[in-house]
Amino acid sequence: MTRIVALDTAQVVCQLEAAVPGAVVDYTPEYIRIRLERLVETAHFLKTAQGLEFNYLVSITAVDYYPYYFELVYHLVSMPHHHSLVLKTRTPDRERVVVPSLVGVWRSAELQELEIYDLMGLIFAGHPELRRIFLWEDFRGHPLRKDYVEELIPLPLPAEPAEPLG
Amino acid sequence: MSLETQPVVINFGPQHPSTHGVFRLVLTVDGEVVVDAKMVLGYLHRGVEKLAEEKTHLQNITFTDRLDYLSAMSNNFAYVQAVEKLADIAVPERAEYIRVIMAELQRIASHLMAMGTFYQDVGGWGSPLMYMFRDREKILDLFEMACGQRLTCNYMRPGGVAMDLPPEFIPELKKFIPAMRAYLDEYEELIAENEIFKVRTRGVGILPKELAIDAGASGPVLRASGVRWDLRKDDTYSIYDRFDFDVPVGTVGDCYDRFMVRLEECRQSLRILEQAVRDIPGGPWINPGLRGNIWAPPGEAYAHVEGPKGELGFYLVSDGGVGPYRFKIRSPSYINLTALKEMTVGWKVADAIIILGSIDIVMGEVDR
Repeated sequence: MTRIVALDTAQVVCQLEAAVPGAVVDYTPEYIRIRLERLVETAHFLKTAQGLEFNYLVSITAVDYYPYYFELVYHLVSMPHHHSLVLKTRTPDRERVVVPSLVGVWRSAELQELEIYDLMGLIFAGHPELRRIFLWEDFRGHPLRKDYVEELIPLPLPAEPAEPLG
Repeated sequence: MSLETQPVVINFGPQHPSTHGVFRLVLTVDGEVVVDAKMVLGYLHRGVEKLAEEKTHLQNITFTDRLDYLSAMSNNFAYVQAVEKLADIAVPERAEYIRVIMAELQRIASHLMAMGTFYQDVGGWGSPLMYMFRDREKILDLFEMACGQRLTCNYMRPGGVAMDLPPEFIPELKKFIPAMRAYLDEYEELIAENEIFKVRTRGVGILPKELAIDAGASGPVLRASGVRWDLRKDDTYSIYDRFDFDVPVGTVGDCYDRFMVRLEECRQSLRILEQAVRDIPGGPWINPGLRGNIWAPPGEAYAHVEGPKGELGFYLVSDGGVGPYRFKIRSPSYINLTALKEMTVGWKVADAIIILGSIDIVMGEVDR
């Protein structure tokens, strides 16, 4: 019986600083927040570095911190070492929403990024086939955004009888 | 004379008995052989994540029932753990035992459906599925006895379970365990030893070990590919460290292995149930300090369980309110579909149906 141990973030930050300088923005015992531009390099390092080997991307979440920015949360697990790490990154604001895709690093990002594109409206540069996965192609807006307002389609009025009955 | 051939695009689903819901697959075929597969989802999209942001932590339990509607108890289990982590709520011992009993019964029920419909996909029409419905019925009767609901149980609460087990539950469960074990042996003899079944499933739709990990597969799909990864053992939650059970793994990663892993997991669940029934203590079934709504402090929590389909996780972000600010479901059925194209390409159309059946998806959870 084992448990997945959350890695000491300070130690990982030291390794990251050496391998991908300038990537880390800040960190707490729970997570490491990195610069958006260095995401792919960081992910690649975390997957391949000796002793880290995060080979399993558990989940990707996008959170809308209205009205400031979007945050992406990556939950990583290393199966051989039984440890985990939470990686976060932010978009500069709610207008510039192009973020790098991680499909090249972990295949499991493929469907999850499609879901985020569809529902949250973040555009993943480098994704092999970015398309709406749950909603139809001409759907307007992204429902999981906090400022999304449902477009109300007016119901057709009951047709009036052409001539008075009787 | 030479004839020119060209690939044909055929539509499979969304209204098709083998798609296990409303799943649509656009297959490009060269003769009978699949050369490309593209899935079209969203026919059952209800926007659960958005809805849940508007509701309270307690109201959201009912949404989790309706994700994977064949394993409501496991979904409840994962979600209440996330809320407990977020709001730091203790759970009494008896409640932990009740939860484990329910989750393992649910695993058997879900695997029975998976195996029955899979056998139907292979061509064993009718009878095996009805046999498995018969056994699942007994599990649903037990659920009804405990909480009044059969399918969407809505039984667990942050801090425990909604109500105590009735006195007749444990005797009934004690009768169920040996009966189910005998049925499982029967199924192995009838189905897994069947020559036609073996020919149809062995070596079909192989998911290699490396791809399974990289594509984020979990649950029986991952273990059939030879990866010994079960969150009950590898990230022990609740009280699973007190039970003695094994994690079955496959060797090849084909459809046959996925079937056999499920069958063997049912047996292991019965072992856990036996031990839980033996050891279940008395006492309160819910944390007595809880009254009414739950206000979680600002923060975030991720909790996961080994559900019947795989790793089911809930990631909650709280802003200090009575409900979640962000409610994210890590749904195993959805992520298990990532490698579907690699698994189906090169096989015949009839095999594509088997491969999809062996992944065991539930559209309520895929589309959310």
